[in-house]
Amino acid sequence: MILVIIAWVMALLAIVAAIYAVETKDLLSSAIAMGIASLVVSIMFLVLQAPDVAITEASIGAALTMAVFVYAIGKTRRWEE
Amino acid sequence: MRKYAGIAVALLFFAFSISIFIQLIPYDSYEGSAYHYKNPINGSVANESVPSHYIKETRNETGAVNAVTAIVVEYRGFDTLGEVTVLFTAATGVSFLLYQLHKKMQRREANLITKEGSKIVLPFALLTGAYIFIHGHLTPGGGFPGGSVIASGFLLMLLAYPKFFVNEKRLSYIESISGSIFVIIGLLGLLLATSFLQNFIPVGKPGHLFSAGIIPLIYIAIGFKVGSELSSIVQKLKEVEE
Repeated sequence: MILVIIAWVMALLAIVAAIYAVETKDLLSSAIAMGIASLVVSIMFLVLQAPDVAITEASIGAALTMAVFVYAIGKTRRWEE
Repeated sequence: MRKYAGIAVALLFFAFSISIFIQLIPYDSYEGSAYHYKNPINGSVANESVPSHYIKETRNETGAVNAVTAIVVEYRGFDTLGEVTVLFTAATGVSFLLYQLHKKMQRREANLITKEGSKIVLPFALLTGAYIFIHGHLTPGGGFPGGSVIASGFLLMLLAYPKFFVNEKRLSYIESISGSIFVIIGLLGLLLATSFLQNFIPVGKPGHLFSAGIIPLIYIAIGFKVGSELSSIVQKLKEVEE
């Protein structure tokens, strides 16, 4: 039961973060929302009994990809036209 | 219109992922219907001998408790070599595109919490990464997750300290030495056993740290390689032109 509740909350959070990442004009918040989405997805992987994928998703999706995007935004522009 | 279509697709995906949770597959149910895969298009039953062989015989053949690692490194080791090559090519491309002759690091002070917190977290991040790739044949994880955890530890230091810098030559030496170790172990398999990346070390007792033949050796090499590659990518992105 508690797994199902965690799953609902995590899936809702992932969808909200993903929609926000697409819709916002601020690219920095968009990158951070993408990091939140992949962190939540990594928790979902853990609940779905794929711990190795969860470790990879948490470190690459949430940390390194977000850092790459943030540094790229720092080299270009922050606001979408 | 496009927004509503996107929301509809997202809700469909949401319903799909929830429907997976409703029937969770328990750990021990591989004797059941898990690998009796029936093709929905032409109704044929797939050849189930390969997956059931992996599940039943991995422990005896390779000595690895973690069957995923055994498949990735031993049964499908050549694919892993290709995967490592892809990552190497990506790192080379990034350093080629972002090459700067007169470089300096971005000088922007981080706040106190990031600075002091990173001092505490860095050793644990390095230790966790090393643990993940050394125990790749026993616990979930392996070279790629371990290396990326180590790289995220370096990323934390790069974020916290403006002057933090890892020598690029050292990173590339670590990378090339560990990549060569991977290929040399594979060639030793060709020499001492029958084929490339074949196990030539005694398997040992499954569940012990020193077991599973060449799997821990290869995963230690991959862990160092992936960690140094991802660290060099992140550091290259941080540099700015003077």
